[in-house]
Amino acid sequence: MTDVRPVADWKTDFDVLSPAYVDDPFSIWDDLRESCPVAHSDRRGSTWLPTTYKDVVDLAHDIEHFSSLDITVIPFTGEEPEEPVLPYGVPPISADPPLHTFTRRLLLPWFSHRKVESYEAMTRELCAGLVESFLADGRADAAADYAQQIPVRVIAAILGVPAELSDTFTGWVRAVLEFADDMEVRRDGTIALIEYFVAEVERRKQHPGDDLLSALLQTEVDGQPIEDSIVLGVAALTLIAGVDTTWSAIGSSLWHLATHPEDAKTLATDPEAMPLAIEELLRAYSPVTMARVVTGDVEFEGCPMHAGDKVLMNFPAANRDPAAFENPDAVVLDRAHNRHVAFGSGIHRCAGSNLARMELRVAIEEWLKRIPEFRIEEGAEVTWAGGQVRGPRSVPVVFP
Amino acid sequence: MRIRVDPDKCTGHARCYGLAPELFSVDDYGLSSVVGDGTVPPELEDKARLAIANCPEYAIEDVSG
Ligand code: HEM
Ligand code: SF4
Repeated sequence: MTDVRPVADWKTDFDVLSPAYVDDPFSIWDDLRESCPVAHSDRRGSTWLPTTYKDVVDLAHDIEHFSSLDITVIPFTGEEPEEPVLPYGVPPISADPPLHTFTRRLLLPWFSHRKVESYEAMTRELCAGLVESFLADGRADAAADYAQQIPVRVIAAILGVPAELSDTFTGWVRAVLEFADDMEVRRDGTIALIEYFVAEVERRKQHPGDDLLSALLQTEVDGQPIEDSIVLGVAALTLIAGVDTTWSAIGSSLWHLATHPEDAKTLATDPEAMPLAIEELLRAYSPVTMARVVTGDVEFEGCPMHAGDKVLMNFPAANRDPAAFENPDAVVLDRAHNRHVAFGSGIHRCAGSNLARMELRVAIEEWLKRIPEFRIEEGAEVTWAGGQVRGPRSVPVVFP
Repeated sequence: MRIRVDPDKCTGHARCYGLAPELFSVDDYGLSSVVGDGTVPPELEDKARLAIANCPEYAIEDVSG
């Protein structure tokens, strides 16, 4: 990570990579909601930071003025290749209609309720095996040894790519999302990931399987096969969007349970508490911030936004807004009114949300089944990553 | 009690189905619709209210009138 100058004024000079923001964004959002609900900064290009539920939802629904053509929270400032490798980006997330509409429809059936149920047994077996591997040790890193290992393997199975490459995939995804302010690491990760899928696309054309990648290559839209570069973008997105995000949600949830033994006890003893609890954990520890680019000069809530400005889609702050949630900083496992937007709002609503929920629930269930009581190891350090995706990267726990 | 899902607002968060699978069905593209004509049996009214209060798109309406 490059060094980040300390922030003196969050209203006019915020930096989401500042350690203060990564550690505790919550108090910063609280202050901003009171003083300046849409903050601004020029540190990484002219960028706006909304902090209220209403503003974030309004922005997400105004696709005319706020485009998804650039959704990166940390802009890429490295050298662009002369020929863009993915001329269409990674649709549907980086697209506006009509490209968004048809690419999203390609993906949705793969992550429908019914489909996701068929991935549950495999996910459960994977989680159980991971816990068994460290159970006898009496200690583990709930983030690195557990959370980080799960989503990448589930996505690999859906895409039909070998689970042995999981660590490699994880490395690429972290390069793209987590180390995004190191342009070289980010570019190398992106190129490696795309090159891998280019080779896979050729292989699937010869030997199609019953996986997502093969299906995309066989799909026709209006009687025409889909262009390879669109298939590549969609496949790459599935990996990028499905890994860091879900692992962060699992890690934050386990961190919460390690530090709130009464909540761990509730979930370990009452399976019926799980559905509402999952949503509450997603609300309180929403991992994902997105971005939009302003399409033309526009005033939003009194802020003069200019064409080309970035707006950060601060779903995590929306989910902590006291105007939308009673006592928002408390984790209330059975919270009954919870219109959280951890998976976004409007047309880009997370296409993998059913899968993410299933993974989060199964990961917690299989952990608590074997380790109902656990706490942070004394003297050990919990570390967090932030930026586009916030979540713990090391959660050392003991369960003697 | 009678409910309906506004198809123009629903974006498929599936919170309704997760909370009250007896009352909603969600298709392969995530679009939710009410089961039958949306009439809610008295014993499921609490669940229906829970679904209404958790839909992030305000897509579920009480149309009891
Ligand atoms: C807890 C885990 C996850 C969280 C919090 C999350 C969050 C989000 C958010 C906030 C968006 C909206 C983006 C925007 O408005 O620009 C999104 C979009 C998306 N997510 Fe997820 N996501 C998660 C897991 C997954 C998984 C497992 C997949 C599976 C492949 C996935 C695939 C996608 C796709 C394809 C989109 C783009 C949808 C579109 O643009 O129409 N996500 N996600
Ligand atoms: S919760 Fe609302 S948006 Fe989500 S599927 Fe149900 S009706 Fe649609």
